[in-house]
Amino acid sequence: MCDQTFLVNVFGSCDKCFKQRALRPVFKKSQQLSYCSVCAEIMATDGLHENETLATLKSEAESLKGKLEEERAKLHDVELHQVAERVEALGQFVMKTRRTLKGHGNKVLCMDWCKDKRRIVSSSQDGKVIVWDSFTTNKEHAVTMPCTWVMACAYAPSGCAIACGGLDNKCSVYPLTFDKNESMAAKKKSVAMHTNYLSACSFTNSDMQILTASGDGTCALWDVESGQLLQSFHGHGADVLCLDLAPSETGNTFVSGGCDKKSMVWDMRSGQCVQAFETHESDVNSVRYYPSGDAFASGSDDATCRLYDLRADREVAIYSKESIIFGASSVDFSLSGRLLFAGYNDYTINVWDVLKGARVSILFGHENRVSTLRVSPDGTAFCSGSWDHTLRVWA
Amino acid sequence: MRAEGGAAGRRTGNSETKFRAPPLASLPRRLAPADPRPATRFRPVCPALARTMSGSSSVTAMKKVVQQLRLEAGLNRVKVSQAAADLKQFCLQNAQHDPLLTGVSSSTNPFRPQKVCSFL
Repeated sequence: MCDQTFLVNVFGSCDKCFKQRALRPVFKKSQQLSYCSVCAEIMATDGLHENETLATLKSEAESLKGKLEEERAKLHDVELHQVAERVEALGQFVMKTRRTLKGHGNKVLCMDWCKDKRRIVSSSQDGKVIVWDSFTTNKEHAVTMPCTWVMACAYAPSGCAIACGGLDNKCSVYPLTFDKNESMAAKKKSVAMHTNYLSACSFTNSDMQILTASGDGTCALWDVESGQLLQSFHGHGADVLCLDLAPSETGNTFVSGGCDKKSMVWDMRSGQCVQAFETHESDVNSVRYYPSGDAFASGSDDATCRLYDLRADREVAIYSKESIIFGASSVDFSLSGRLLFAGYNDYTINVWDVLKGARVSILFGHENRVSTLRVSPDGTAFCSGSWDHTLRVWA
Repeated sequence: MRAEGGAAGRRTGNSETKFRAPPLASLPRRLAPADPRPATRFRPVCPALARTMSGSSSVTAMKKVVQQLRLEAGLNRVKVSQAAADLKQFCLQNAQHDPLLTGVSSSTNPFRPQKVCSFL
């Protein structure tokens, strides 16, 4: 269960201007006050001198950016693959399709594993969301969404519910029931409301909260039970396409990638962007944390995958080849973080050695672009979904 | 409402026609609306940011940018050699517990056996 406290929208009189508005908690010397959004903004810009003109601010911004670049460059003393030179090279990998899940009527857009390591939920362009048993390839549940292009789906940590959304701009949670008399659609709960399509969603450590990313450029944290917005994250300059939560139990951060070529790391409690990285040359399609939580990888339409280290605050590796010209749509790490699996729009999956930066293997099998890829929770296999209407489990 | 099953990918419901892709060869890749995302990708600024850019609040917006940059400039950073060494150590420490890396035999990997047991 969730043991963190988050803000909830309350109305009342602001502690500063005493007007009746929606209030936000503001911490002043560890004392909590409630300010309306106008006063909170004024508070946020506190500490800056009065009479600062636009010109002086712009020049300060430029000089700060220059200083940041300098600081980041100073620490760049060695490349990751140089540090990994002494590490044993990986042998040949034999990975084959062990299961093919057929049943979707159109492009598979997203998939997620259940914590029980065998169930998979997948969603597709035809509006269907299906829960599969990957060992037997049986379909256990199927829901038809009222919209097409269901671009996001997620399994709840308890395994008792799934969340999905897409062009309907909402994220809906369906409790899973084996009772034949109950229709899953009847128990549907609409949790998130965005002003544009939902591109990604994920439950946090419990079934009670969901994090969503949307084409309206924002990410948001919602309470499932009440449907209330707990925190919103503004900062991307264009559609947000993907997000991933930090792996630690106490983790309070997540990373998101968007069409503005940026990957941003956010603090879930404050809604602040903690770090931002802008080295990709095109839309960032997929982000995934490294298992230790100190780094993350991103896959982009510029046909490269890049590894960013959070403590060094910079990109530390690029995974690319001249022969790869199609964008990477989806990335995931193996359990130890040594392997990076990336699905591309040229129908293949490339397996990269994270430390050495070299490609270890190419997997063929899909007949259209690979749109989604996830490694199972126990690391024994990974599943890829594609526009060829199927999902494949590889091991 | 929708017909079940049917020919793969050839539905013509109302919401489908907006996104039916014309033959890709006739359009530059970016403009082919086979995926709803490209159509909305070219708004230069997200609506939330656009609202803050109007008139006098552009100064406040600039202040926010400067504030954010100050935050980022104040971060404690670690040298790449240190960070890389930690990543390498994590990989090596966990390598034995990684089934995809070490390869697991058919008897222990639930996906490898071709035959599926069924209880009668």
